[in-house]
Amino acid sequence: MRPFEYASPRTEAEAAALLNAYDGHTAVLAGGTDLFNLLKRDLVTPQRVVDIKNIESMRGTTPVSDGVLVGALTTLDDILSEPLLADYASLRQVADAVHAIQIRDNGTLGGDLCLLPNCWYFRNGYGLLGQDRGQSLVNEGRNELHAIFGNRGPAKFVSASRFAPALIAWGARVRIVGPASDQVSLLPLEYFFVTPKSAEQGVTVLQPGQFVSHVWLPTAAHNVASATYEVLQLEGLDWPLAAASACVETSAGIVKDARIVFGHVAPTPWSSFDAVAALVGKEITESTAQAAGDAAVARATPLSENEYKVQLARTAVKRALLRAAGKLEMA
Amino acid sequence: MATERKHAWGPRKDNVLIGKSIQRIDGVGKASGAAKFSADINTKGTLFAKLLTCKLGHAKVKSLDAEPAKKIPGVKGVHLFKKVGDEIRWDGELIVAVAAETEDQAEDGVKAIKVEYETLEHFVDEADLAGGEKAGRNKPAGENKKGDVEAALKTAKVVHKGHYGIATISHMCLEPHGSHCEFAGDQLTAHLSTQNVSGTPGQFAEGMLMDAKNVTVIGNYEGGGFGSKFAIGEWGLACAKMAKELGRPVRLMLDRATELKVAGTRPSGFIDVTIAADADGKIVAWDSHHWGTAGIGGGGVALGQIPYVYDFENQSRRQTGIGCNVGPNQAWRAPPHPQACALSQVAIDDIAAKLGKDSYDVFLKNLPSTGAKAGVYEEEMKIAAKEIDWKAKWHPHGQSPDKGPIKRGLGMAMHKWGGGPGACNCNVKVHPDGSVETFLGSQDLGTGTRTVIAIVLAETFGLPLSSVKVNLGSSKYPNSAGSGGSITVGGVSGAHRRAAQDALWKIFDLVAEKYKVSADNLAAKGGNILNGKDVVCTWKQACGLVGPMPLEVAGKGPVQDGLTNNSVGGVQMVDLSVDTETGLIRIHKFVSVQDCGLIIDELTAKSQVLGGLIMGITYALSEERIMDNKTGRYINADLQNYKLARIGDIGELVAIMYQPDSEYDRGVVGLGEPPVISPGAAISNAVANATGVRVPVLPLTPKRVLDALKGGRA
Repeated sequence: MRPFEYASPRTEAEAAALLNAYDGHTAVLAGGTDLFNLLKRDLVTPQRVVDIKNIESMRGTTPVSDGVLVGALTTLDDILSEPLLADYASLRQVADAVHAIQIRDNGTLGGDLCLLPNCWYFRNGYGLLGQDRGQSLVNEGRNELHAIFGNRGPAKFVSASRFAPALIAWGARVRIVGPASDQVSLLPLEYFFVTPKSAEQGVTVLQPGQFVSHVWLPTAAHNVASATYEVLQLEGLDWPLAAASACVETSAGIVKDARIVFGHVAPTPWSSFDAVAALVGKEITESTAQAAGDAAVARATPLSENEYKVQLARTAVKRALLRAAGKLEMA
Repeated sequence: MATERKHAWGPRKDNVLIGKSIQRIDGVGKASGAAKFSADINTKGTLFAKLLTCKLGHAKVKSLDAEPAKKIPGVKGVHLFKKVGDEIRWDGELIVAVAAETEDQAEDGVKAIKVEYETLEHFVDEADLAGGEKAGRNKPAGENKKGDVEAALKTAKVVHKGHYGIATISHMCLEPHGSHCEFAGDQLTAHLSTQNVSGTPGQFAEGMLMDAKNVTVIGNYEGGGFGSKFAIGEWGLACAKMAKELGRPVRLMLDRATELKVAGTRPSGFIDVTIAADADGKIVAWDSHHWGTAGIGGGGVALGQIPYVYDFENQSRRQTGIGCNVGPNQAWRAPPHPQACALSQVAIDDIAAKLGKDSYDVFLKNLPSTGAKAGVYEEEMKIAAKEIDWKAKWHPHGQSPDKGPIKRGLGMAMHKWGGGPGACNCNVKVHPDGSVETFLGSQDLGTGTRTVIAIVLAETFGLPLSSVKVNLGSSKYPNSAGSGGSITVGGVSGAHRRAAQDALWKIFDLVAEKYKVSADNLAAKGGNILNGKDVVCTWKQACGLVGPMPLEVAGKGPVQDGLTNNSVGGVQMVDLSVDTETGLIRIHKFVSVQDCGLIIDELTAKSQVLGGLIMGITYALSEERIMDNKTGRYINADLQNYKLARIGDIGELVAIMYQPDSEYDRGVVGLGEPPVISPGAAISNAVANATGVRVPVLPLTPKRVLDALKGGRA
């Protein structure tokens, strides 16, 4: 691990000021569940690490007039125990599927949104895009875990965030602080993620000096049902091979509107409007859910070794919808 | 003496400890941290070493400058494994070790080293026979024929052609390979994570150009070896050399990625099989060609065990090794039986399906060609089938009654192993106060060796376990064989029973003389010496007759005296579900019926079986080395992507020890390897039963399952 400065601000403004230094060679430390791995492997080499854990304003969930404001330091366990989040089933289901006490205790919602990819080329030192001398290693290499959507550019990895699909389906926004100490913006979460064209671009819109302080969620309406379905190979700590989250607004059992978002199939969370179009105006049944799944993957562009992920994505959509409708029967 | 004294186990019904379920005597120490592993040793002044490894599949060292490492604060020394011009043959080869005051400083030292490579062409696709041929990497690795395969194929009722495979896995010891080495004058003490305490001082001595008498290897506790910890390794020698050169203790344990890459792998195997049977399900011909890699030299799964466990009248086998730029293999638990089983018994299951027969009946029908174990297999099959409810639950392949996407299926496989006793010398001391201890240069890999020895001594002397102390794990104790091949339990229990009986007879003679009773009628039970039902004296009083010095008796083995034996069978059956929409497999119940002669401790015996099943389920479902053709690298050498089963992945495990009196009468036989052999084939067969599709290559990942389902019936 390279030497770095350590800073522990108490306010959001202090954090922004501390991060806006060293030409952006700074890093945010929240739960630290992945940052230490990255530091040990020299995959990130910040000159200053800013530990935001002591910023009280970023903890807890508070009701606001049109929804709830969730602090970025909210842990996975907090999500499960917070009464104000009880109606956001799709979010709780993600937290519940992280089968590691350490990650549930320490991992934060904000940290999840900012995770760097688990792509093994990136983690083995071939850069964010998995390249060697400018050539993609992924295209002809071991790409079984890589993207099946949004993979025509140089980025082939899949977004590592597990909560973003559920949050985007709910219409969540992120509150971003910085780079100036008093600068605050609220951005729809779907615009937060970036498919980089170069390794330097990163995976989010965050600029040096910026960080996520809160996530805003709209009030959970009584006629909206939500669910997430993650395909996990192992019962222990594992990353999904594919996932889908759905928020479905119904009236008299008929879908009026919906939002369906994939995880782990593209360099960003991936909204499927084709799936929604297939579903609106219908009741959620085994066959309409299957049709929505089929529509969702119709335009997938699998790589040489990950055709099977198309089937996983199709199933994730189908099962997320059935789960939202209370109709998922699993052994 | 009227009666001839013969070493033997007592009547089964009289045993107080032997055959009972007894917790490991070192369990609390391990759970509490009091037990110190090599990775825990941190004597005053210890330096910590870290490794620079090459991250290319095949290369040549163009330049190497380790001097910058020495300028890093805290760095005390470096050791070069390679020099300019040397060839790098696989990802993870060791280049330089750096020793420093702290691990972080050693890491910083590693990062400061300047090294350049000339990249050479690599070949790492071990499944690609044609590619290996094209790259000039293929080497014939033997062939063997008997009977008339062609004639048998012509007259057979059905002929099945299949392709199957099993990926390479790494040993993945929880405690990585490594040691703590310390010199006092010319005396080297090495705390070594090893399966081979008595056999490793010579390895240090040879590499260090010193006398073996000046080397002490200590290995009190091992965090797993599985066959990969017999040699000290180049890292072990480097640790000793740095300790000598720097005049400070040095600890060098492999990091996780290097452990996976270079410390040992189990070879892969891929096979094309033609198998034929008559109308009754009797297999009449086997014709196979298999290939794979054990590393740069080719090799792979030795053909002698194929077809496993059967030896058919007409069979032809051929093997090709593919030299790949991958880390070297080491013996992995029951080499090469797990692969041979996974490459053979899937074909037997497939031909049963083709005949329209229950797999159970075809395995049963062919038992005569398994040899002497046929009767035991038949009994074990009955027990396993009853436990898993085979007759009620089995259905023809692909005809699961389940309506939804989740299909349930049953599969079975069977195995064999030797497990005869290894060499063991021990020195048993009976102290005048009645306490007992033993010394032997063996090791406890976590399997319960200490506990088994204590049980044998305590049972023989009629004492509680707490009266016995087992001293092992030092090369200064009497020589014992390395622990591999399931030879330890037989070796140590035989030698200790002999020594203990010899000691007991001496004590009986002293008691007989003193108390004027016949030595022939004496027994040691419950802390007393009994004459029939009468207490003659206490154990302590008896030991007092020995004099002021302890009674010291040497135990030896192996001896062909009936205390130990070899050869075990074993049958396993699994009930699982396949989610045909995701390719995920869930184990419901896994039944193992295992014979192993006389059981010393049923709890540790069952632990061996459960551990074997967990490892087996893991390599069947998720565990594999993934080599990247583009970079030539072991791309998943980390604990996230090298996927190991957790408790939620293994289902209900049922370990049934096959224990009729005929097994007790055989004496002690080793058990470590056999339970890990069958899970691959059993699980593959159950998936074929559930889905009607053979997923050809293990592990059965969602990708392989879905790809196979998409391809349709095998």
